[in-house]
Amino acid sequence: MAELHVELVAADRQVWSGEASLVVARTSSGDIGVMPGHQPLLGVLQSGPVTIRTTGESGDGTVVAAVHGGFISFADNKLSLLAEIAELSDEIDVQRAERALERAKSAADAAAERRADVRLRAVTGVH
Amino acid sequence: MGAKLRVYKRRIRSVTATKKITKAMEMIAASRIVKAQRQVAASTPYASELTRAVTAVATGSNTQHALTTEVDKPARAAVLLITSDRGLAGGYSSNAIKAAERLTERLKAEGKEVDTFIVGRKGVSYYAFRERTVADSWTGFTDSPTYADAKAVAGPLIEAVLKDTAEGGVDELHIVFTEFVSMMTQSPVDDRLLPLSLKATAETEETAQGEILPLFDFEPSAEDVLDALLPRYVESRIYNALLQAAASKHAATRRAMKSATDNAEELIKSLSRLANAARQAEITQEISEIVGGASALADATAGSD
Repeated sequence: MAELHVELVAADRQVWSGEASLVVARTSSGDIGVMPGHQPLLGVLQSGPVTIRTTGESGDGTVVAAVHGGFISFADNKLSLLAEIAELSDEIDVQRAERALERAKSAADAAAERRADVRLRAVTGVH
Repeated sequence: MGAKLRVYKRRIRSVTATKKITKAMEMIAASRIVKAQRQVAASTPYASELTRAVTAVATGSNTQHALTTEVDKPARAAVLLITSDRGLAGGYSSNAIKAAERLTERLKAEGKEVDTFIVGRKGVSYYAFRERTVADSWTGFTDSPTYADAKAVAGPLIEAVLKDTAEGGVDELHIVFTEFVSMMTQSPVDDRLLPLSLKATAETEETAQGEILPLFDFEPSAEDVLDALLPRYVESRIYNALLQAAASKHAATRRAMKSATDNAEELIKSLSRLANAARQAEITQEISEIVGGASALADATAGSD
């Protein structure tokens, strides 16, 4: 099966890299799915969960990451997800995110609420 | 103990204490360089991917964007100078300041006004002492900068670039920081961030990677992508500069503290030589006093017989 190489990088570190068969991310005009052989693409990402269906050496499975702002770029079967902040679902502290969500709701901070919400959804897998 | 010898002993003790402190500072700085270098390396994938993307949009589309187009007659330029908060790093901060001064002179000679932005307490106090105006300044994070710090610095700069020149905006954005070449070499450099010199970027990209950039499909549109991409590009460049400056600062501190320790060692050596000579002189004097006293006593007893 064809596969594409994925690099998920945050501003200060490389979060994940490996082979995948499908990557679903949320751009500013809607969800986009990228499979091997997609046309070269450069898009603006919105805060949201990114789902990577892994294959090949990385093993079959699904990696979910919470991504806050950034870009998706695909060329030569190489997909780069650039984000200022990116966290894999198993790195996310659920209780902390829940607390942050509560706090953001009471403080009516829409941006913080969205961030916490994205983190929680990345963990629970409810997209 | 004689007065002279006591003074020497006291000085040796104080220099030894200083030496211990500088030695400790040297070792702390050495361990921090490694950490700072790791941070530089960790931020590299993001920076290089971003540069690739910016080059792709800027060369692959005909969009005119405020951040990429060169103005015919640039009237004002912003200079971001990165220094450190603390001293004890040899000529680190003053070298960066000198580089900024040279750049400012050059820009002024080209007929541009210069707005100065400063990171680090050393630079701020240099400009405050000379009563020069500073557009904005930031302190408190130069030892270990985070991406949030870089964002805070980039915000007002991007705002200034986007503003109209007539309303106090700037046409060019320069950055002066100390590049970390190696453990032994750190050199202050000045770099033009904006407008992007696309030709140079594109050429180095192509020769470096031997590939032709593909024709991208932009989502939602080339303008929107550029709008979102360029501020991030500036932030990431500033972040990289801050990290390199931090690594350079630690390397400079290490070197300065190493030579301070060496000097202290030298000083202790020559002081103990002097102390030994003083002690020796004291002993010699005591012996001659005793001998003199004894012979005087012998003379006196011989005379009374």
